[in-house]
Formats: sequence, structure tokens, C-alpha cells
Amino acid sequence: MEDILTYGFMQRALVAGVFISIACAILGVFLVLKRDAMLGHGLSHVTFGGVALGLFLGIKPLLMALVVAVFCSVIIQKLREKAGLYEDTAIGIFSSTGMAIGIILVTLSGKFNVDLFSYLFGNILAIERFEVVIAVFLAVTVIMVISFFYQELLYQTFDAEAARTSGIRIGFLDAVLAVLTSITVVIGMKVVGILLVAALLVIPSAAGLQIAKTFRQAVIISSVVSIGSVIAGLFAAFYWDLPAAGTTVVVAFLVFLAFGTLRILKKRGVLE
Amino acid sequence: MDLAANNEPLVSVKNISFSFGSTKVLEDINLSITQGDFLAVIGPNGSGKSTLVKIILRIYEPGNGSIVLLGEDLKNFEQWDKIGYVPQKATNIDPFFPVSVREVVGMGLLSKKSFPRFLLRRDEKIIDQALEQVDLKDFKSRRIGELSGGQQQRVFIARAIVNQPSLLFLDEPTTGVDAETQERFYSMLGTLNQAHQITIVLITHDLGILNKHVNKIACLNQRLVFHGMHDDFCNSELVQELLRGEHHLVCHRH
Ligand SMILES: Nc1ncnc2c1ncn2[C@@H]1O[C@H](COP(=O)(O)OP(=O)(O)OP(=O)(O)O)[C@@H](O)[C@H]1O
Ligand SMILES: [Mg+2]
Repeated sequence: MEDILTYGFMQRALVAGVFISIACAILGVFLVLKRDAMLGHGLSHVTFGGVALGLFLGIKPLLMALVVAVFCSVIIQKLREKAGLYEDTAIGIFSSTGMAIGIILVTLSGKFNVDLFSYLFGNILAIERFEVVIAVFLAVTVIMVISFFYQELLYQTFDAEAARTSGIRIGFLDAVLAVLTSITVVIGMKVVGILLVAALLVIPSAAGLQIAKTFRQAVIISSVVSIGSVIAGLFAAFYWDLPAAGTTVVVAFLVFLAFGTLRILKKRGVLE
Repeated sequence: MDLAANNEPLVSVKNISFSFGSTKVLEDINLSITQGDFLAVIGPNGSGKSTLVKIILRIYEPGNGSIVLLGEDLKNFEQWDKIGYVPQKATNIDPFFPVSVREVVGMGLLSKKSFPRFLLRRDEKIIDQALEQVDLKDFKSRRIGELSGGQQQRVFIARAIVNQPSLLFLDEPTTGVDAETQERFYSMLGTLNQAHQITIVLITHDLGILNKHVNKIACLNQRLVFHGMHDDFCNSELVQELLRGEHHLVCHRH
């Protein structure tokens, strides 16, 4: 137990993992309740395009992915505002195009290799020092921005029309959420990879929502589930050589299952 | 600005028309609401009642015409803390949404604040007072989905009055509320209107309530069919025809 923390790579993984998982969970609660969980999924595909562009141009893929994802999130949001009904379509178009361009670029740059795999499936144990700094900085930024807009976001998520009549700028907040999601997807990629980052946005939050009575509880429980899952993933990787990303998501899923069962039992009156 | 003193209307709607795509919903509406009014907006389903209120609240943007709200052009309106709004089917909420009664009422306080809009300790007290007014103080910590439809409706009313607004819009607030609670609710509205001088705009299908507290009536059917005092409403021939069987309900004052 003690010796595991003496490894530098483990310390880096833990620090980055904890901050990133909190950002994912808090943001996830809003996305799930807004029925907008697909936004994370779509942006993760866009992120793949960004990583590929980085590999192709020889620019740090994390930074390139960040630029591309933030840029696309703003455009997706604008399109959704204009298109009204076809909210999912904007996401669908961007995510598949991002993926397609990514595949072309990766092939052109001849980087279909282990490096790419670490982006797809995550490799937090190999996170570099500079990546830890960026990830923690971005995660803290995401958490702070959400806490500044916490009440407004809650109001808007619960009842958008009434929120508008309280002078809350719905369009602006939607854009803020989209940008935060793109940032979170990119840093979440370091933990669980592009293929699973959407899960980190959805599952811990969905678990929290099973048992929370208040919104504050939902945010706190989701964060705890998220942190717990990421740490479990790291330990599983360290002691049993299991993939950290896969284990993280499976643990989160098991917690979700347990909380869901708890809720059903309570509803049936089996428990108190 | 003291609007009451110079007798300027709180709301003045001029030449408003509105369509959803090619469907005309409102046509050339002119209407003014004065301080202290208790205005009932009536009309058949789909006649544009909710739409009109949403236009006044800037949820929808009208194609033409102009609206002045509390003395300000609606386009630049910012005094949202003076406005309370209970949307139609407010109780159509996601029953699993994890939000407590106190959190919902707290939302109403945000319009009074500027960035960052945090709720402070003294806000707790204000939330308590609003919940007391609707008789729900003991339900403060409950998840809203666990309340009955009528209780939920009262939470939304508490949210709408938590800022002590000068103007309150209620869109069919008593749908699904039992008769006794309705009775108490309407007398609460009467008190808000008379004792607290809150101007009320009430959309309703419940014609029975009209004779008690309401002083003005607006009857919509795409156009504004009638707008005026309750008593004139009863004498207007058009209305007698319109209401037919229900005429006695509205016009028989007790
Ligand atoms: N979001 C929308 N998109 C398209 N048409 C709409 C929309 N909302 C309302 N309408 C249409 O506008 C018309 C007026 O609707 P509105 O909700 O204002 O009626 P209402 O008078 O409030 O009716 P009710 O008594 O049923 O509440 C209706 O014909 C309705 O079909
Ligand atoms: Mg309506």
C-alpha cells in the first residue's frame, strides 16, 4: 500500500486521475439531466480527429486535440441553436467527420501504432509531467467555472423556460457547458482513452442520480463514485496488470448497478 | 420609477402578432395591465394564451409590435426579479430529477443576483418564508418528485413569489389540484393581490374562479375577443354567446 505511492508514475496518475474524475462527474450530472450525454460521446470522436492532426503535424496531440475539440464544441453549439429540432444531427455529423478525418490523417502519418493505442484506450500510468500540469489546471478550471455558474446551470437544467424569465442567459450557459465538455473529454482521454471517456462522463453521474435526493447530493455522490472508480482502476493496473481504463469503467458500472438496485428495492418498500 | 403614481400600465402590449412557422397563433393583440389588476386570461385550447404570456416574458420573440414591461422596452428589460412566473404544466417535471423543494424555491432568488449567483445564509430565511406562504415548510428537504401534483404546483408558486414580485404570471396553476386546495390557493392569490398589491395575470379554464377575485378579463381566440372589466364582460353579448352554458358560472356574483 505504501510502496505503491512511492512510484513517481503512480503519484502523477493519482493526482491527474482524481482531478479529472471530479471534473467529469460534476459536468456529467448536468449533461445526463439535460439528456445531453451524447455531446460527450460526439466530442470524443472529434477529439480523435484532433489527436490525429497532432500526430500528423508533429504537434503535441493533447494540445492539438484541445484546440480542435473546443473549436468544434462551439460550432456544434451554434448549429444546435440554429437547427432547433435536429440537435443530435449536429453532433452526429461532427463526430463521424472528426473520426473520418482522424483515420485519414493517422494513416497518412504512418502512426497506426502503440502511440495511437494509448490515446484510444488511455494510458494514465504513462502520463507525463507536463500533461499532469495541464490536466490538473484544466480540471480545476472546469470545476471552478461550474461552481461559479452552479445555481444558474441547475435552474436551466431543471426548467429552461422559467430560468429565462429569471434573466438567466440560456444560450450562453449552453455554450459554456459545450466548451467545458470538450475540455473535459480531452483530459478525460488521458485517463480512460477516447473510446471510454464518454463513459466517465455518464456512468458515475448516472450512479449518483440513482440515490440522490438533492442536487448537491447528486454532485457529491457522483464525484465520489468517479474518484473511487479511477483509483480502483489504477490499483487494478498496478497489482494485477489489468488495463486501468477498462477496470475504471467496469467499477463505475458496478456501483451504478448497486445504486440502481438500491433505488428499486427502496421503491418496492423492501428497504426502510 | 413609481408606475402607479403616474398611472402608466405595468404591461402594455401593442400590435403583437405571432406565428409558429406558418401557423398563425396571435393576431394584432393590444392589451394593457395596470397596477393592482387581477386579470384572468381565458379562451379555448390553442387560442394562444400561453404563447401571449411567453411573449411578454421574452421566451418567444414576436415578429412585430412592441411590449413595454414595468416601464422598460421588453428588448432591454432587466428587472426580472420583479416578475414571477408559474409555467403551464410546471408539474410535468422529471420525477427523478434530484432536486429538493428548497433548491427549487432558491432558483427564484437568482434573478435578484448578479454573477456569481450564489445563495447565501440569509437566503435560507427568505426561502422559508415563501414556503410558509404556500404551507409547505415541512417539505423543504424533500425531493420534489416525491410530492403530489398539487404540492409540486405550490412549490412552483413559492418559487414565483419568493422575490415578492410586483407582477405574477400564472399559467393554469391549479390543474390537477384538488378542490379544497384550489379554494385555499385562490384565496391566497386574492390576498397577494389585495394585501400585498401584487398584480396578477392568471390563465385559466376554471370559469368558476372568475367571480371571486378577478377584476378584469381578457378573452383570447387568436385575436383578443374581449378585454375589460369583469362586469362589462358579463354584459357583452359576444361573450354570452361564447360561453353559453357556462355564463352563469362567471357572471353570477355571490
Ligand atoms: N412550440 C410550438 N411549436 C409549434 N406550435 C406551437 C407551439 N406551442 C404552441 N403551438 C401552437 O400555438 C397555438 C397556441 O398555443 P398555446 O399554448 O398558446 O395555447 P393555449 O391557449 O395556451 O392553449 P391551452 O388552453 O391548451 O393551454 C396552438 O395552436 C399550438 O398548437
Ligand atoms: Mg396554455
